[in-house]
Amino acid sequence: MIRVAVVRFPGSNCDWDTLRAAREAGADAYFVWHRETTLSGADAVVLPGGFAYGDYLRAGAIARFSPVMAAVQAHADEGGPVLGICNGFQVLCEAGLLPGALMRNAGLTFVARPVRVRVDAVDTPFTAAYRSGAIFQVPVAHGEGRYVAPPDELRKLEAEGRVVLRYVDNPNGAMNDIAGITNPTRNVVGMMPHPERAADPLLGAADGAITFRSVVQSVALARGGVR
Amino acid sequence: MPRFDVEVRVMPRATLLDPQGQAVEHALTALGFREVSRVRVGRALTFEIDRRDAAAAERDARAMCERLLANPVTEDFTFVVRART
Repeated sequence: MIRVAVVRFPGSNCDWDTLRAAREAGADAYFVWHRETTLSGADAVVLPGGFAYGDYLRAGAIARFSPVMAAVQAHADEGGPVLGICNGFQVLCEAGLLPGALMRNAGLTFVARPVRVRVDAVDTPFTAAYRSGAIFQVPVAHGEGRYVAPPDELRKLEAEGRVVLRYVDNPNGAMNDIAGITNPTRNVVGMMPHPERAADPLLGAADGAITFRSVVQSVALARGGVR
Repeated sequence: MPRFDVEVRVMPRATLLDPQGQAVEHALTALGFREVSRVRVGRALTFEIDRRDAAAAERDARAMCERLLANPVTEDFTFVVRART
């Protein structure tokens, strides 16, 4: 079975939804407290949404010093899949695992509503099961979701096809309508929308479940490759 | 070892949109201060540090700003180090 670690920081609040979504996708998902120093043999790691350390100083700024982040970094360096959702995306940017930063929304308000996003890169472990260019509905819930990056970094992201998700109707003023990106080796993905909140027809939208099915399939495929 | 007072100022980079500053500017205008423009909202931090001299305290303050107190992508920082008397 594919093992998925869901990291909990003090202030994480999408941890249960994320755990459930990963289990529904067929993964053996379990929590890892931020003070742990290992990921207990995880095949993939998810940093869930929330407000780690109360977003003090800057969202994600303190969380990146949690002991578990050294293990997350090592997992990423070995090519292991890492997904940061919302606050998890902010943590990955602060930790330097992804470029750029998330700033206060341009519209001055906390935005919590369903948006439409387009899948612009399907060659990552978290989007592999989507159809390229697919548009799906997924909720956002953030006050600081405006993605920014220096001009040369932005050009590089675009040139290398590393913008993974793009807003159809940009809710926060993010540069180039960016909702999610990946790193140069394409194993680390960060996204502001919450796929775990759109992972069951009961929630009104279910295409977020494909994010979790993607990683289960990708890990299984990678395992098959070394057999 | 001498003690130093450090004051750090972190501001959103001038080239980036600062919606918080804009909101405060609207409020100031509503309050009657119509001549106000270019309001920006940042963050100030103060701390004390024991170091052998001002140069060492400044080195530490800079390292703190670069590695934690300011985000190099979105913010600029300045700081002042004063010896305690």
